[in-house]
Amino acid sequence: MSFFKVENLGIRFGGVVAVDRVSLEVKRGEVFTIIGPNGAGKTTIFNLIGLLYPATSGKIFFQDQELTRLAPHQVAELGIARTFQNIELFEHATVLQNLLIGRHRHRRTALWQELLFLPAVRRAELAQREAVEKVIDFLELAKVRDSLVAGLPYGVRKVVELGRALATEPRLLLLDEPSSGLNPEETDDMAFWIDDIRKHLGVTVLMVEHDMNLVSRVSDRVLALNMGQTIAEGTPAEVQAHPAVIEAYLGKAA
Amino acid sequence: MRFIFKTDYAQDIRLVKHGGHLFSYGLLGALLLAAPWWASEYVMSQLHFILIYSIVGFGLMILTGFTGQVSLGHAAFLAVGAYTEALMQAAGVPFAISISCAAIFSAAAGIVIGLPALRLKGIYLAIATLAFGVIVEEIITRWHTLTGGNEGKHLKPVEILGWKLESDAEFYYLCLALTVLCCLACVNLLRSPTGRAFVAIRDSEVSASCMGVNLAKYKTMAFAISAALTGIGGALYAHKIAFISPEQFTLFQSIELITIVILGGIGFLHGAVLGAAFIIVLPQLISIAKGWLPDGAAPSGLQAVVFGLVLILFIIFEPLGLYGRWLKIRTYFELFPFYRKGMFRRQKSYMKSERLR
Repeated sequence: MSFFKVENLGIRFGGVVAVDRVSLEVKRGEVFTIIGPNGAGKTTIFNLIGLLYPATSGKIFFQDQELTRLAPHQVAELGIARTFQNIELFEHATVLQNLLIGRHRHRRTALWQELLFLPAVRRAELAQREAVEKVIDFLELAKVRDSLVAGLPYGVRKVVELGRALATEPRLLLLDEPSSGLNPEETDDMAFWIDDIRKHLGVTVLMVEHDMNLVSRVSDRVLALNMGQTIAEGTPAEVQAHPAVIEAYLGKAA
Repeated sequence: MRFIFKTDYAQDIRLVKHGGHLFSYGLLGALLLAAPWWASEYVMSQLHFILIYSIVGFGLMILTGFTGQVSLGHAAFLAVGAYTEALMQAAGVPFAISISCAAIFSAAAGIVIGLPALRLKGIYLAIATLAFGVIVEEIITRWHTLTGGNEGKHLKPVEILGWKLESDAEFYYLCLALTVLCCLACVNLLRSPTGRAFVAIRDSEVSASCMGVNLAKYKTMAFAISAALTGIGGALYAHKIAFISPEQFTLFQSIELITIVILGGIGFLHGAVLGAAFIIVLPQLISIAKGWLPDGAAPSGLQAVVFGLVLILFIIFEPLGLYGRWLKIRTYFELFPFYRKGMFRRQKSYMKSERLR
């Protein structure tokens, strides 16, 4: 049984083929990175996996379940969480509330129980809070726990978004450019956390990233994409040395 | 300034957060319970309306303030509640059942309008709900055999288990009890997963759905809950007025209801009550002001003009409404010399280049 597999995935927007028959397979417990120049279709692949766009062709399997026929929220319920390149947090809520929404797929109470706030709801809420506090400890967010997201600096929001994804207790975590907009120190922290997420939480990570330093530090395998097509796949060192990758980034020697 | 030392997760979901809460809400409760002794007949009547409109305000606040869905057709739900109550009372159905039906039928109407809302956003949703409101108004006018058309329907005082609530005070306690119950239900909802899902939908639909929130289900649910509360308000409204006819459920009524949530403060349950109080008191202030104006200087449409003006001024100068204003004043005193302008300004969020749907 494969853990996560994408077969011949493709999408076309009018005449533009954004993703062209891309196949990849992620093994349980590894960090798999997709790299590529701007406009290569990396984020589009994420949006296809999250079913935010309907795929024109191809199939996505998560633990042998076909995803493309599901609704977007069902993807999350299977245990796939994601972050966004440009941060999509709930701005007018506190960090704590944001993380609690991450617990949505673990809710067990019915509407009528909630309206009366029965003891069962209270117990469930306390359990959710405990789970969220673990994430807060893990990412060292205790200081900003009760601050509104709207007032937080960019670097912290990035971590909060990671925390919200972790609060869902995912089996597969999709990170869309976790280091974009972060300073070198924050990027360092991020690399450390990604490593920890894999080692200590046992979560498989599929990420899109530009920072080759971060990529080679944390990834097991890398897939390079250009113009929607796979150009190389292998270990970080192999991919970095691949002539097609060098050409895609730097152009051909005259 | 008050510092709360937190030692327990339960502290964050408790209703009463600290002694000050207990004192101020206790005082408010005592004042309201004692109202029949201190309030004149006129003030009592105003209190009835404030309580009834508060319930409706809670409903609209859940939908607009917390789920971020606009509705310009809420008078329709008010009408469904009012007519259900009127017809069921005429048929001799006990009050407990008839008011439950008012809530249930309104909720059903809410689901009907909620379904197209799944595909519509912003101004388009506003137009769709507006159309829905007009359609319901038209149905009430035309369906003469059921609703009595423009002749309207008369209602008798509420009767619970053979006890007739004829006096102002008795009806007042009924309204008060229902308002408190509805308020508690809303507070409970907002501190549980469903309420959080609503807020998530308001702030970012994309990430709500990536967190596993079923947008279709929760938006429909928000419409249903909102409509149910409005229906309860409608049933009480029908009893208060004792006579209902289609012209009470027009577009203007819907706008008045929107005014409650915007003036009160969008996104705060307190706002619903403050807004309700404001729109009940405002017409009185206008009629007092009319007395000061020279004869003939006060046109008959003055009230509508003032309402519109107040709404516009609030949207421009105080988007957080009356409750937001109160928060600012409170913070000013709490932080006394350190309050600065813009503490409550909503920061512009970072650019979202990745527009999805």
